[in-house]
Amino acid sequence: MNAFSVAAFNSGLTLATPEIFLGLAGCGILLLDLLIGDERRHWTAALSIAALLITAVLAAGVEVSGPVTALGGMFLVDAMSQALKVVALVIVAVVFVYSIEYMRHRGILKGEYFVLGLFATLGILVLISAASLVTVYLGLELLSLCLYAMVAFDRDSGRAAESAIKFFVLGSLASGTLLYGMSIIYGVTGSLELGTIAAAVQGGLATNIGLLFGIAFLIVAIGFKFGAVPFHMWIPDVYEGSPTCVTLFVGSAPKIAAFALAMRLLVDGLGGAHVDWGQMLVVLSVLSMAVGNVVAIAQTNLKRMLGYSTISHVGYILLGILAGTSQGYQSAMFYTITYVIVAAGSFGMILLLSRHGFEADRIEDFKGLNARSPWFAGMMAIFMFSLAGLPPFIGFWAKLGVIQAVLGINAVWLAVVAVLFSVVGAFYYLRVVKMMYFDEPVDAARIDGSPLMRAVLSANALLVLLLGIAPGALLVVCAHALP
Amino acid sequence: MLDQYLPILIFMGLAAVLGLALFTIGWFAGPRRPDAQKLSPYECGFEAFEDARMRFDVRYYLVAIIFVVFDLEIAFFFPWAVSLRETGTFGLLAMLVFALLLVVALVYDYRKGALEWD
Repeated sequence: MNAFSVAAFNSGLTLATPEIFLGLAGCGILLLDLLIGDERRHWTAALSIAALLITAVLAAGVEVSGPVTALGGMFLVDAMSQALKVVALVIVAVVFVYSIEYMRHRGILKGEYFVLGLFATLGILVLISAASLVTVYLGLELLSLCLYAMVAFDRDSGRAAESAIKFFVLGSLASGTLLYGMSIIYGVTGSLELGTIAAAVQGGLATNIGLLFGIAFLIVAIGFKFGAVPFHMWIPDVYEGSPTCVTLFVGSAPKIAAFALAMRLLVDGLGGAHVDWGQMLVVLSVLSMAVGNVVAIAQTNLKRMLGYSTISHVGYILLGILAGTSQGYQSAMFYTITYVIVAAGSFGMILLLSRHGFEADRIEDFKGLNARSPWFAGMMAIFMFSLAGLPPFIGFWAKLGVIQAVLGINAVWLAVVAVLFSVVGAFYYLRVVKMMYFDEPVDAARIDGSPLMRAVLSANALLVLLLGIAPGALLVVCAHALP
Repeated sequence: MLDQYLPILIFMGLAAVLGLALFTIGWFAGPRRPDAQKLSPYECGFEAFEDARMRFDVRYYLVAIIFVVFDLEIAFFFPWAVSLRETGTFGLLAMLVFALLLVVALVYDYRKGALEWD
C-alpha cells in the first residue's frame, strides 16, 4: 500500500468525474422526486435519462493514454473501462425510455425505479473501474442491492416478491462466496490491489494450492453474477417474476458488469493463473451453452425463454474469456456489448406490445405480429435473427469472434460444441419469427407506445442491422480496449 | 492437474471428521442428567409467555434498517473525530461528503413517512 497523499488523491478525483457526477445526480433526483406528485413522475424519468447521457459524455471525455490508477490504487481508468462505461450508460438510458409507458400503465411509475437504476449503474461504473478487490466488491454490492429492490418493485405482485427473495438469498450467497475467495487470495498474495496480486501470481504463486482454492470461489461468484450453469437457477425465475421493465434492466446492463467483474478479477488480477481458471470456465461455458439452448426450447413464456437464452449467450461470452488470448478477450467484450444491445431491444419489444392489464410475455402473444405492424415485426425479427447468430446481423459476428478465439487456442472440440448448440438455439428464435409471420393474430389491439419509445426501439433494431453489416467500428473499439 | 486439488479434498474430509468427532465426544463423554425442569422451555428465567413464532410489525424492520445505517455511521465518526488533527481539512471535507449522503437518506426517510410510527 502506497503512502496516502492528498494531492495525488485529489488529482485522481478528476478521473472519477463520471462516477461522482452520477452519484450526485442520483442523490439530487432522489430528493427532487420527493417534491413532485405522481402525475409529474415522468420528470424524474427525463432527469435520470439526462443524467445518464451527461455521465456518458463525461466518461467518454476523460482523457487517458494507457491505464491510470488513482485514488490510492483503488480506481483504474483504461480504454476498456471507458468503452464499457459509455455502453452501460447509454443502454440504461435506453432501458429507462422503454420502461416509462409500461410502468405508467401498471400504476408503478415511481421515482424509486429510476433512482435505484441510477445507483445500480453507479455500481456498474465502479465495478468496471475497479483496481482493487475492495472496489470490485463495493461496485458489485451496490449493483446487486439495487437490483434486489428493483425486482420486488411491484409490491403487490406475489411472483415479484418470490423472485426477489430467491434472487436476494442466492445473490447474498454468491457475494459471500466472492468475499471468501477474495479473503483467501488476499491471504496468499498479501495484497488487495489487482496489480500487486497479478505481480505476485506471475512471481511463482500460480501453482499455489491456496490460490487455486480462492480462484474456485471467485469462479462460483462470477458464474452466479453472469448466470452461468450450474449457478443459473435464479435467472429464469427472476426474469419471469419481475415486472418486465425490471427484467429489461436486469437482463441488459448488469451483463456488462459481470464481464467487467470477470476481466478485472481473472485477467487483471489472476492472469498468471489462466491455466487454472480457464479449465473451470470450460465446464461453465459448455454447460451453459447446452442447458440454456436446450431448455429454452421448452418455454412458453417469452421472458423465461429469453432468460434461458441469456444463459446460453453467457456460455459464448465465457468461451472468449477462457481462451486467455487478447483476441479472446476482445471477442468476449464484443459479444457482451452486442448481446446487451440486442437483449435491450428484445425485452423492449415485450414492453411495446404490453398494455394495461396485458403483459405480452407469452410467445403466442407475438403470433401474427406482421399483420398488426409489419414494421415492428421486422424489428423483432432482426433481434431474433441476431440472437440466433444469423448473418448479416450483429450476433453472427459475435459468435464468429468467440469461435475463432477458441480455434486460436486449438480447442477445436469447444468450437464444434459452440456451433452445434447455436444450431439448436436457432430453433426457438426462429419459432418466434415463424409465429409472427405465418400464424394468425390472436390479439388485434393496436400497437401503442410513445413516439419516443418507438423511435428508440427502431433505432435499436436498425443499429443491430447496421453493426451487422459494418461491424468494423465496434471491433476496432474492442481491439483498442484490450490490446 | 487434478491431483493438485487433493489437499482440498483432504481438508474437506478433515473438517467433516473433526466436526463429527467433537459432536460425538460431547454426546458420549458429557454428563446428561435431564429432568423436567431442565427440559422445559423458559424465557429469561421465567416460564415461556407465548410461542416464539409470532408476527412482528413491519415497522420494526424499518426502524432496524434506519438503525443499522445510523449505527454504522457512528462507527466511522469516532475514529474520524479522534484523528481529525492528523487528517486536517481533507478529513473534514471527506466526512462532510459522507455525512451529506446520510442526510440525503434521512430526508428521504422523513419525507416518505418512515419515521412516523402511526
